[in-house]
Amino acid sequence: MKVKYFAWVRERVGMAEETVEPPADVRTVGDLIGWLAKRGESYAHAFETPRVIRAAIDHAHVKPDAAIAGAREIAFFPPMTGG
Amino acid sequence: MTAIATIRIQEADFDVGQEIAALTRDRTDIGAVVSFSGICRGSENGEPIAALTLEHYPGMAEAEIKRHADEALSRWPLTGLTVVHRVGRITPGENIVLVLTASQHRQAAFQAAEFLMDYLKANAPFWKREEGLKGSSWIEARGHDDAAAERWTKS
Repeated sequence: MKVKYFAWVRERVGMAEETVEPPADVRTVGDLIGWLAKRGESYAHAFETPRVIRAAIDHAHVKPDAAIAGAREIAFFPPMTGG
Repeated sequence: MTAIATIRIQEADFDVGQEIAALTRDRTDIGAVVSFSGICRGSENGEPIAALTLEHYPGMAEAEIKRHADEALSRWPLTGLTVVHRVGRITPGENIVLVLTASQHRQAAFQAAEFLMDYLKANAPFWKREEGLKGSSWIEARGHDDAAAERWTKS
């Protein structure tokens, strides 16, 4: 699946998007954050405070307990500050 | 007739008068237009800023604005709706966002404009980075923006 990062999450990870293939036991958005955080120092820094990370699956906001099965695109970003 | 929302995300500035004129041209079913403009301030928490840079999530930003625009159209008897949100570098005094709501009477237009701005601030995927005297940093989300959006939730 494609993973996208925005704002300071993008800056800390060091890239805007990538394709990942998490193992089968990574079932939810929260699981995916935990799995990504173990991929290296930059990821650990980006995801060091999971409660502030917002997520979207295929352009719709989701909670950490949302299942990732079937997702084409998952995005992670900080709380929004538009308007 | 059912109103259709005009939604644009763009780097270019917009002209509020032209947008209102476009919304009301050749129409006789509009009795009220409410216009909200969000404008870049020259200071944040007492600190001067040189510019804001707005990042967005292409695709989702449009979808999220449309979702809220459709909800506004279903909750209030609107006859027109325009949302324009700028991205990129914006300097103090420049426009950031525009919401126009049109209806036969003012109450629906006022309420729908406030609803849309509250929802966009809390839920539309845009992020502001500010350039200050000591470098640049991401603006932190404010809890009262979430609270402002929350009050429109039907119980």
